[in-house]
Amino acid sequence: MAHLLVDGSKGHDALCYLAKLAQFVFVLATTLLGLVAVTFLIGRVVPIDPVLAIVGDRASPQIYARARQELGLDLPLVEQFWTYLKKAATGDFGNSVLTTNPVMADIANAFPATFELATLGTLVGMLLGIPLGVLAAVKRGSIIDHVVRLLGLAGYSIPVFWLGLMCLLLFYAKLEWVGGPGRIDVTYSYLYTPVTNIVLIDAAIQGQWEAFWDAVSHVILPACLLGYYSLAYISRMTRSFMLNELAQEYVIAARVKGLSELRVIWRHALRNAAVPLVTVVALSYANLLEGSVLTETVFAWPGLGQYMTNSLQNADMNAVLGGTIAIGTVFVLLNLVSDLLYRLLDPRTR
Amino acid sequence: MAPLKQALVCTWMAASTALVATMATPFTVHAATPGDTLVQALQIDDIITLDPAELFEFSTAEIAGNTYERLFSYDYSDVSKVSGEVAESWAVSDDGKTFTFKIRAGKKFASGNPLTAEDVVFSLQRAVILDKSPAFIIGQLGFDKNNVKDRIKQTGPFEFTMELNQPYAPTFVLYCLTSPVASIVDKLLLTQHESDGDLGYHWLKTHYAGSGPFAIRDWKANEVVVLERNPNYEKKTPLQRVIYRHIKETATQRLLLEKGDVDISRNLSPEEIDAVSKNPDIKINEGAKSTIYYLGLNQKNPNLAKPEVREALRWLVDYGAITDTIMRYKGEIHQTFLPRGYLGALDSNPYHLDIAKAKGLLAKAGLADGFTVTMDTRSTPEITGIAQAIQATFAEAGVKLEIIPGDLKQTLTKYRSRQHDIFIGNWGSDYPDPNSNADVFAANEDNSDDAAAKPLAWRNSWDPGSLTGQTRAAVMESDPQKRAEMYEELQRAVLKDGPFVIFLQQTEVAAERKNVDGFVIGPSFDTNSFAQAKKN
Repeated sequence: MAHLLVDGSKGHDALCYLAKLAQFVFVLATTLLGLVAVTFLIGRVVPIDPVLAIVGDRASPQIYARARQELGLDLPLVEQFWTYLKKAATGDFGNSVLTTNPVMADIANAFPATFELATLGTLVGMLLGIPLGVLAAVKRGSIIDHVVRLLGLAGYSIPVFWLGLMCLLLFYAKLEWVGGPGRIDVTYSYLYTPVTNIVLIDAAIQGQWEAFWDAVSHVILPACLLGYYSLAYISRMTRSFMLNELAQEYVIAARVKGLSELRVIWRHALRNAAVPLVTVVALSYANLLEGSVLTETVFAWPGLGQYMTNSLQNADMNAVLGGTIAIGTVFVLLNLVSDLLYRLLDPRTR
Repeated sequence: MAPLKQALVCTWMAASTALVATMATPFTVHAATPGDTLVQALQIDDIITLDPAELFEFSTAEIAGNTYERLFSYDYSDVSKVSGEVAESWAVSDDGKTFTFKIRAGKKFASGNPLTAEDVVFSLQRAVILDKSPAFIIGQLGFDKNNVKDRIKQTGPFEFTMELNQPYAPTFVLYCLTSPVASIVDKLLLTQHESDGDLGYHWLKTHYAGSGPFAIRDWKANEVVVLERNPNYEKKTPLQRVIYRHIKETATQRLLLEKGDVDISRNLSPEEIDAVSKNPDIKINEGAKSTIYYLGLNQKNPNLAKPEVREALRWLVDYGAITDTIMRYKGEIHQTFLPRGYLGALDSNPYHLDIAKAKGLLAKAGLADGFTVTMDTRSTPEITGIAQAIQATFAEAGVKLEIIPGDLKQTLTKYRSRQHDIFIGNWGSDYPDPNSNADVFAANEDNSDDAAAKPLAWRNSWDPGSLTGQTRAAVMESDPQKRAEMYEELQRAVLKDGPFVIFLQQTEVAAERKNVDGFVIGPSFDTNSFAQAKKN
């Protein structure tokens, strides 16, 4: 996937862009096709009976058989797969068994909650993680370096589930600084009409500032928690990229030339380290966008992670497949964006 | 370039500072829910439909109980007392097959439409015609898609008749009509929302057409269900709104309750209940349920098929330890298949942990050194805890129990296809008549792999012999005294020789804020009532 759009051609004519676009669409389609095929197979070997999830444990065998037929599970696997693909090609991903809505409508509903959390989390991770990583690399071996490395290590090893509960206990239960689990208090939840399904934006647009601040108080803790995990990863990577750059000859040359240390670090070294960092940030963002299952569970956050977990537990195959396709698309798109940024930042790729 | 870079660096620093500042700023956190609104935390990820003709899950049954009315209901503290809800009176013909019902005049649906016999007849016919999972509860009175329109007939604006195929015990008939599947739906409203002659089926999955104390205002899957006072209900509810918040994690439920962000938490573990009960702002509300916890012993396993082994295993469970520790607050020792309080229920618990007795029985079965057996176990803290306790006591007599963890759907899938050795699970009655449980624990018409009916006896490959016939006779007995005796006999037979180790009857617990009053935890899933709940 990396360097997908890298080529040596000098002429940037329309044809070339068209070719790239075609290439991108091809990659997206094959990736998704592979994903769907694998998910489809996994869904068939999972030891959960999807019919049972619908009709329950008390249904008569006749009702059971009818539901099985309605789901098309009595057809051969290849035929089921083909039917699914034909429908998916027309944009019909079927209905979720659990919610009875079209799967894509469900995902469009759940995704904004995850998007809100992931975006804020990545922002926190980037804004704090990069400077911390740079500091740690420059002051290698100092107390700052050790603290940053410890933060990184902790973020690597402390289960998010446990830390989430501890944070809730401290900031919500004990100190009462933030709101508790959920996206917004019941009292405010009927004050605004969902438009984008991103509560912060919806409440702000409609001037419901009380609701807005309540939503802020709810999102801050899970966002900071995800931000911390993202920060741990980003600062660790930044540190190692920077150390790598600082050992290069051009840095020594710049110092010999008498450039100020700040200029050497921020202007020269970080600029080169930024190239691989873009991929790191994009990957970390993609990870959060998949829906952080545990965080969403602890904070009762109705996002994609919760939706997918629940669908899996109930063998709701349409929902699982739809979710997989959505996540796959996000992943491929983010890869593309990081590739583009790569080209912008790294003159060698032009 | 330089100014731009400076601007960028400045922006970055400002943003970081703002971020740190925001993190450290305490918000004015709004706590305490509004006075006319009751908010509860519970797991509602089992909801797939709100249509009473189809719903059959714990949370939807409860919602239906609070939002729809049925012909009959029973006293929550004594299930043997049945009374009319929508029905005013009933009579049965001399041959015991034709029931005539008069219904109360002047009732109204939440929509404002009047409730008449036409709606009642439509509702019962609709449930049978749609033929979804709970339809058998009405269908077993002799109705199917083809005959129901002839056999359930409106005979006046507030009167209708039901013609059964056999003279069933009248109490059995009335109990079937207390279940959620017999809820009265608004015919006019559903006719307006009908598509392709589906009797409003697709619309009602996510909407509401009832006359109960509350109306369903909103359902967001895995997030929230909102009930609102039904202004047309005779006995106005003290609460304006009841909200179910889906909170999967029980530790989170506890936090929300202690902060006053919810008024009731419904899924706390025994340890969490212990902890919150020490809080002066929280009280514990509990009620006995009709759910029975049991082990199912598959008779396809040659060791489990030996009567001595089945009996030995019943002596190898530390009943008291389970109800005192893992299931503290959550259940009482109970060993027969009818829940306490049901007609004919035997409260006889002859078994207790007796290793020596069990060893003697195993030796008699030629298994003096014990044997190895697997148990499919749902991965919840509760069921896993019970399974581990049983594993420990089994081991004392040399029975090596291997626990196979799985989620509910997984373990059920295996159980229903008879591929287990031992299954640990629970069974809640579908309606509070003894036949509901006798039909699954004591009867099995056909023990072959492709049988039409697959009760629990079938799942454990057990042929109950003459007990099947006795179960069928008991449901016909119109003398309650005699009928009770028949069920006592069935329970004794299953207790002595059945493929079950029944060990507990469930208690449901809700942890509530002190100011909550009047939430009733009834005996079945659909009798947890908020109709008279209020906040002081």
